Amino acid sequence: MTKEEFTKMKQELEAEYLAIFKKTVAMHEVFLCRVAAHPILRKDLNFHVFLEYNQDLSVRGKNKKEKLEDFFKNMVKSADGVIVSGVKDVDDFFEHERTFLLEYHNRVKDASAKSDRMTRSHKSAADDYNRIGSSLYALGTQDSTDICKFFLKVSELFDKTRKIEARVSADEDLKLSDLLKYYLRESQAAKDLLYRRSRSLVDYENANKALDKARAKNKDVLQAETSQQICCQKFEKISESAKQELIDFKTRRVAAFRKNLVELAELELKHAKGNLQLLQNCLAVLNGDT
Amino acid sequence: MAAEREPPPLMDGKPTDFEELEDGEDLFTSTVSTLESSPSSPEPASLPAEDISTNSNGPKPTEVVLDDDREDLFAEATEEVSLDSPEREPILSSEPSPAVTPVTPTTLITPRIESKSISAPVIFDRSREEIEEEANGDIFDIEIGVSDPEKVGDGMNAYMAYRVTTKTSLSMFSKSEFSVKRRFSDFLGLHSKLASKYLHVGYIVPPAPEKSIVGMTKVKVGKEDSSSTEFVEKRRAALERYLQRTVKHPTLLQDPDLRQFLESSELPRAVNTQALSGAGILRMVNKAADAVNKMTIKMNESDAWFEEKQQQFENLDQQLRKLHASVEALVCHRKELSANTAAFAKSAAMLGNSEDHTALSRALSQLAEVEEKIDQLHQEQAFADFYMFSELLSDYIRLIAAVKGVFDHRMKCWQKWEDAQITLLKKRETEAKMMVANKPDKIQQAKNEIREEIEEWEAKVQQGERDFEQISKTIRKEVGRFEKERVKDFKTVIIKYLESLVQTQQQLIKYWEAFLPEAKAIA
Repeated sequence: MTKEEFTKMKQELEAEYLAIFKKTVAMHEVFLCRVAAHPILRKDLNFHVFLEYNQDLSVRGKNKKEKLEDFFKNMVKSADGVIVSGVKDVDDFFEHERTFLLEYHNRVKDASAKSDRMTRSHKSAADDYNRIGSSLYALGTQDSTDICKFFLKVSELFDKTRKIEARVSADEDLKLSDLLKYYLRESQAAKDLLYRRSRSLVDYENANKALDKARAKNKDVLQAETSQQICCQKFEKISESAKQELIDFKTRRVAAFRKNLVELAELELKHAKGNLQLLQNCLAVLNGDT
Repeated sequence: MAAEREPPPLMDGKPTDFEELEDGEDLFTSTVSTLESSPSSPEPASLPAEDISTNSNGPKPTEVVLDDDREDLFAEATEEVSLDSPEREPILSSEPSPAVTPVTPTTLITPRIESKSISAPVIFDRSREEIEEEANGDIFDIEIGVSDPEKVGDGMNAYMAYRVTTKTSLSMFSKSEFSVKRRFSDFLGLHSKLASKYLHVGYIVPPAPEKSIVGMTKVKVGKEDSSSTEFVEKRRAALERYLQRTVKHPTLLQDPDLRQFLESSELPRAVNTQALSGAGILRMVNKAADAVNKMTIKMNESDAWFEEKQQQFENLDQQLRKLHASVEALVCHRKELSANTAAFAKSAAMLGNSEDHTALSRALSQLAEVEEKIDQLHQEQAFADFYMFSELLSDYIRLIAAVKGVFDHRMKCWQKWEDAQITLLKKRETEAKMMVANKPDKIQQAKNEIREEIEEWEAKVQQGERDFEQISKTIRKEVGRFEKERVKDFKTVIIKYLESLVQTQQQLIKYWEAFLPEAKAIA
């Protein structure tokens, strides 16, 4: 590989690394801000330790056993979820939320996948510009007629354009795809919350039934009563926090979408203008030469 | 201008040559300097005397014979040619294919070898270079368009007919604007006729678009989908470019076959272009034989220019192929991008629908619309990528193959000349042996025979040499023209392509600017 190719490749790799780094940093930031903004989670000790401890935290990753446990838990949960979702909710709010979230989740999943594909093909188009630029460069250096200057200029143009296009694709990825991916997972988390609530509702209803049965049989009434009380409390508590959380979810979602869409539009504009400037300059030079 | 012409042998001071030239001079003052479109025919008759005189190493009698032939040819000429000076003659006559200046009236072209009569007078008092320059200026005016592809016939015998429209102010055409219907095999037939006439003398004949069995079959079967319409459009554009390139060539423009192609409403069906016909198989055999020959011919290249140029063209070919591959990848990816953007647009619209916050919902729908418009933009850009950039490159790759073919013909010409020289040598040896042998009985007859053969071969050697010089000269000129054309072509097309990119960016700016307030309006 020639020195130019080597430096070029190095630059490309650096740019890519930078883009990925920007993305990861943004995601972490969003996560931490969310935790900090939450009235209850922000008081968590683990969180404080994470923010304050100025030495290495040495977090241990999940070992195989734990991963297997997680896997089974997931399976049980999804099976349970199916059963529980059959139960109709008394509260309109939650019922509405449930249907909404289900639909929303599916659509976000779809949009996220398509957006991913779009940014990927944008990136490969930008890569093609790179190859075209180097071919034009080779043509320019080998040609003996006066067109060689022309080719060299166009090759330069393609190199610069390519950088812009790559940045466009990276920004689209950052603002749009990541946003959608995040909300995909958020909506999944919201769904999980609803599931937990439904689960507690089912438990509550079961406890009620058990109480009735106990009262009818006049056996273990106190036990049934206490368990019913617990379930009731649990259910009410979870309903309350769930309501709050879901409303927060909506506000957050709207705000996040707004921020990201605005930033996306601004960045697209900036890049398109930059690209236009570049192309017009190059055209002016080329037309002036001929 | 005069640089590339051979100096008149007049100046050489060789007594024999001088005498011959006088003959030539006399000859020319009473003949028409023809506008024959046959640049060189196997007949020695149409070649000038000058070449013979400079290069001949044979005895005089041969030349006299040739002069006589030429006299016969030109005897039927109907008008005088006004030549300014003897110096002009070598110029005029050594160019086998003069370019016609459009201003001179009714210059009809004699058909190749078929008839020996020159039917129209020509007033020729300019050098060829001047005429060519004029041809490149605004007097050279011919526009060709290929349009309206329509399907004729049904089933497997169906074909696409294209309308070829010519607008011209050239006087050699009977009308100034006319159009005819042609099918693809007609174009191929035209190309094969032009190639058979001009390629072996060194003219770069633009190659016709390629056959495509898959594409045509889809059209024949009647599938009305986007890929077959794309195929037809691609072919139409390719045919248009092919014709435009062909008429830009001043020599080919004179060809009667070309004129017949552009003008006459009925054209004999060119069956020889079918792949499985007798001619097609012959072509394949010839191609194989040529490939073998190329490997075996070892040519002593006396002219460094040719070697250099060949190397240059090799390099250019490689570079263009690489570039072409990258551009094709770009086209492919852009089409992909366009499809994915469309899918995303739909998905975003659905998301917007299910979103219950009204402002956000509206913003999402707007985003979907923007993305849909952008998808259209990408598609148009992909078309531009393809039709401008990619097709230009593939055209030039094929043209360079034609150029390489021309160089190969030169090699073959040289080979013929070499072979003739070798045979002549052998015949001379036989003669010498016979002289020494001294057998009285059959000697006189045998001697005459061998003498005749020697004369014949000497003529062939001279012919070979003349042909070789001719083809070398033609190739030089053609390559020069080709390079100029190439530079011009590339510059125009690339600038057009960049302008299309500019337009795309401007549209993008417009769309995103429209979207931005919507996004900001999300409460």
